[in-house]
Amino acid sequence: MNIPIRSVVAGLLVIGLTAAVLTKARAGGDDYFPPVKDKPTVDECGSCHMAFPPAMLPAASWQRMMVELDDHFGDNASLDPQTAAHVTRYLVDNAADAGGRRYGRKLMKGVPAGASPQRITELPKWVREHDEVSRSEWQHKDVGSKANCPACHVDANDGYFEDD
Amino acid sequence: MTPTRYAIGFLCAFGLASTAIGGPRETLIDRYAAAAKAADPGFSGFSAARGETLHRTQHNTGKADTPACTSCHGNDALSAGRTRTRKPIEPMALSVSPERYKDAAKVEKWFKRNCDEVLGRECTSLEKGDWLAYMMNQ
Repeated sequence: MNIPIRSVVAGLLVIGLTAAVLTKARAGGDDYFPPVKDKPTVDECGSCHMAFPPAMLPAASWQRMMVELDDHFGDNASLDPQTAAHVTRYLVDNAADAGGRRYGRKLMKGVPAGASPQRITELPKWVREHDEVSRSEWQHKDVGSKANCPACHVDANDGYFEDD
Repeated sequence: MTPTRYAIGFLCAFGLASTAIGGPRETLIDRYAAAAKAADPGFSGFSAARGETLHRTQHNTGKADTPACTSCHGNDALSAGRTRTRKPIEPMALSVSPERYKDAAKVEKWFKRNCDEVLGRECTSLEKGDWLAYMMNQ
């Protein structure tokens, strides 16, 4: 068989460009929230639950959460002051409303400016996005908690929260 | 004994002693042992069996959803557990998770949180040492 080299090259070029464009679209899409990259933050926030992307809540939320760690949704998650200060800085610097961020726009819809919501799962947009999930699906043994994003969003730990 | 021999003997003994007690885990255990001894002069060492009992008992004195250590860590110390949000917890047995218990501050942080969650109080040094003895024997 004689395959013209030019069409092979052209084909590969198309595939490559498409992949590049799709990857970019994915990373910039509404379902992308940059994952936590800071080691102390991954360690401290990520030991009991997924280390939620800071762009899912505004800075005021993180500030309030970090001073109320002794009652963190019913658990004592308090940290030594040095670690707490470090984690707070990272979360605030990367919050949904931090300067120039666009990733958090979607989840901030309906959140009044200056508000400090604590549960990502109670944000109006989050609730709407998950209204098709049934009670039995939430109670499935592999899900069990609304904080368990990766149970359904398989690439959540990489920042992708697409419908699955 | 000549001074040289004496010095060699001392260095050998020192070397042996430091390999036996030098690791961060041993330092931590020693600290708990000293505290346990201070609390009870009759203290005669930690017990993996007591540690296992502590680990498995349904205490029901802390939070309702965590009556026992096994509520999150599971019944088998060699296998992974799961937090309340279903995030996996690496096995607690040292043989399966060889990196565990090296960082004293981390160990203390989790005893503080988890004893409070499960028992509704802090753990004693005796309990901490027993529990570590159990996990390090696993």
